[in-house]
Amino acid sequence: MPTLFINKERVDIAASVPGDTPLLWILRDYLSMTGTKYGCGIAVCGACTVWIEGQPVRACATPLSSLKQGVEITTIEGAKTREAAAVQAAWEKLDVPQCGYCQSGQVMAAAALLAKKKRPTDADIDEAMTGILCRCATYPRIRAAIKEAAKALG
Amino acid sequence: MNDIRIENVSRRGFLKAGGALSAGLVLGVHVPASAQGAAAKAGTAFAPNAFVRIGADNTVTVVSKHLEMGQGSYTGLATIVADELDAAWGQVRVEGAPADASRYNNLLWGPAQGTGGSTAIANSWEQLRKAGATARAMLVATAAQRWNVPAASLTVKGGVVTHAGSNRKATFGELAAAAASQAVPAEVKLKDPKDFTYIGKHVPRVDSKAKSNGTAIFTQDQKLPGMLTALVAHPPRFGAKVASFDAAGVQGIPGVRQVVEIPTGVAVLASNFWSAKKARDALKVQWDESGAFKGSSAEIMAGFRKAAEQPGAVARSEGDAARAIAGAARVLEAAYEFPYLAHAAMEPLNCVIRIADDDTIEVWNGAQMHTGDQFALAKYFGVKPEQVKINMLFAGGSFGRRANPAADYLLECASIALVLARAGQRKVPVKLVWTREDDMRAGYYRPAFFHTLKAGLDASGNVVGWQHRLVGQSIAAGTAFESGMIKDGVDATSVEGASNLPYALPAIHVDLHSPKLPVPVLWWRSVGSTHTAYSTETFVDELAAAAKKDPVEYRRGLLGKHPRHLAVLELAAKESGWGKPLAPGKSGEKRGRGVALHESFNSFVAEVVEVTVKADHSFTVDRVVCAVDCGIAVNPDNVRAQMEGGIGYGLSAALYGAITLKDGGIEQSNFHDYPALRINEAPKIEVHIVPSTAAPTGVGEPGTPVVAPALANAIFAATGKRVRTLPMKLA
Repeated sequence: MPTLFINKERVDIAASVPGDTPLLWILRDYLSMTGTKYGCGIAVCGACTVWIEGQPVRACATPLSSLKQGVEITTIEGAKTREAAAVQAAWEKLDVPQCGYCQSGQVMAAAALLAKKKRPTDADIDEAMTGILCRCATYPRIRAAIKEAAKALG
Repeated sequence: MNDIRIENVSRRGFLKAGGALSAGLVLGVHVPASAQGAAAKAGTAFAPNAFVRIGADNTVTVVSKHLEMGQGSYTGLATIVADELDAAWGQVRVEGAPADASRYNNLLWGPAQGTGGSTAIANSWEQLRKAGATARAMLVATAAQRWNVPAASLTVKGGVVTHAGSNRKATFGELAAAAASQAVPAEVKLKDPKDFTYIGKHVPRVDSKAKSNGTAIFTQDQKLPGMLTALVAHPPRFGAKVASFDAAGVQGIPGVRQVVEIPTGVAVLASNFWSAKKARDALKVQWDESGAFKGSSAEIMAGFRKAAEQPGAVARSEGDAARAIAGAARVLEAAYEFPYLAHAAMEPLNCVIRIADDDTIEVWNGAQMHTGDQFALAKYFGVKPEQVKINMLFAGGSFGRRANPAADYLLECASIALVLARAGQRKVPVKLVWTREDDMRAGYYRPAFFHTLKAGLDASGNVVGWQHRLVGQSIAAGTAFESGMIKDGVDATSVEGASNLPYALPAIHVDLHSPKLPVPVLWWRSVGSTHTAYSTETFVDELAAAAKKDPVEYRRGLLGKHPRHLAVLELAAKESGWGKPLAPGKSGEKRGRGVALHESFNSFVAEVVEVTVKADHSFTVDRVVCAVDCGIAVNPDNVRAQMEGGIGYGLSAALYGAITLKDGGIEQSNFHDYPALRINEAPKIEVHIVPSTAAPTGVGEPGTPVVAPALANAIFAATGKRVRTLPMKLA
């Protein structure tokens, strides 16, 4: 029985859940954690970005069977780090979201970037965020809000 | 399909009729039964009209008749109510209205409720000002009676009614219950715009928090007890049908409940998405392709070219353009090709339907044709429209796709729910989910178009005649919109932006061919302007070059009768530093600046684009300066956001957008082969708003069509090359 730690809570996945089930659908359909979104299913849009051991990963292309026993997974629901809080505050301050469907992925990728780089350059932002598609093209505000969050974090 | 009539109400007509409509439908003296129902909701003390409820807990709930699909309608509509009501912004909540044509119709669309054509704010402006002002007047009257003072001696600010003389105060919540028994005033005084507290100022979006922490609920997130997820195997070509299918491969996939044939394919129902998807992919379906379309994009475009050799249905004709061109000193001609485009919103299409025992059809969805969908479902199930209850959720983008007169995905879900109901499984909620691939390949695209433009110039370069011919499928044909939108063989949405070209020309002729093809087409953010702005604004640029004039100066000279066009042009030129030299690029790079100008949905937008073209013919869009006149900017920051987003959406199409057919199959499937703009390609965008006292007009679409022609003109400035086929390729 695979055991995961999702948002710091122990989750035992029943053996009957097929191993090829992507983490995205474990979260959404089995655990009713719907903040992580389905956009493409092939890891090209980034709407399903979560952290595995702190690193941003596409949940839609991460089968259950690929997850190590006891692995630490963080979703938007459990993203309570200083960086995530600063990113969310900046997102609200600058009114980044439009339709909002991609924004969980944007927030998770942005917070992971700030955990790694205190003062990200435009090139750092491009590298960390290019994988997260936004059809509303909220990109100018995402860029500004990441810088705003970096400033707030000091 | 349904009996919605879309009346082509002009802006002028609406303003004249607006008061009467508002008074009759919205602020009627009697409180509609359903609003009384709303008043009975827990905590609701006061519901003076269909748009405002005030609770004893001091909460002001604004009911939005429009979908929030990203364009900020919830925030903008609430801003209008809150301002006239003098509520505190922090006490305002927004909820989506149920589908109801009698209370929540779009005043620009006649008797239909709908969100589209950038009309949410434009049609609601007077209606919601009155709704807010009426509620305010009733709260004030309540306080005046309670304190036995003249109503005129009371002031309202931040949700508190104050009598300064006696220093008495009451919150809306404290007054709400008693206010409910006040008579609804027939006339209310609206604010002098100089007294607006929220309109034109900064108001934060009501949905930013929920959309930043994952709690916002989209249709994809809707869960109901016992709900099954349905995926459908769709035909590989338009017009193909199921001949037979073999579900043997589905055996043993855990979670799968049923496989059912429906008119649009074979549906698999499962307890979860992944099981449904595996089972769907394991089905072996034999398709009957006897009626299938097997054409290709190249063949379609060749047919359009051929059609363009003949005159079409006339959309506009002033003077004798053909004769003027025949006698001209010089003739310029250009031909343009535009591909089909998918909307590709981030949330793939989906909906949830549950049939109750009493034949009530309950729907969870975020869609633009609220009562169109309601009528289509009522007709399908053979029930009355009021038996179809639609719960309005956020849409994860739509851009026109969830505004389908054919109600395609809804009726597909309905057909599955009906099979279950007939098999004794009534009440089982069905969530239809299309994968990205299903969404991309299902049609309802922005129609492909072919344009020819021809202009005659005199010896000094002045235009003597302009001929514009367009060839592309009609969106309205065969829908409930046909009678309202198609006149004398011309679908207004095919030629908008071309037939109302603002430039002063001595002779102009615009005509249209609307070939019928089995590829379903639909409105796509800014509709006809997506192609007409491109062809007209790049061709005008060619005329300026032929006349050896600066593109801004040239346009200025032809816009004498169009001050609002001229004002955005001047503002964009000024703010972009038009006329000053651009900073040079690196060695081997060429830089250029281009301008374009377009009116759509009664808003006016000019954009100046700066581009860098590299030696390998790749290019980057560096900066976009946008000027917009949308009348009163209810929420200026949201106007900026919509211009930014519209520009990004337009750039995606200009750089990458193309749905192509080969042997009738759609060649694209997901974002790897239907790419869209990413953050590393997003230009710096500066938005400037023209100050205005005119009634507000739309902002959801008008930023979109202007960027591609401005970019094409910038590429010409940099390289001398004209790009006339989209998406753009310079090599």
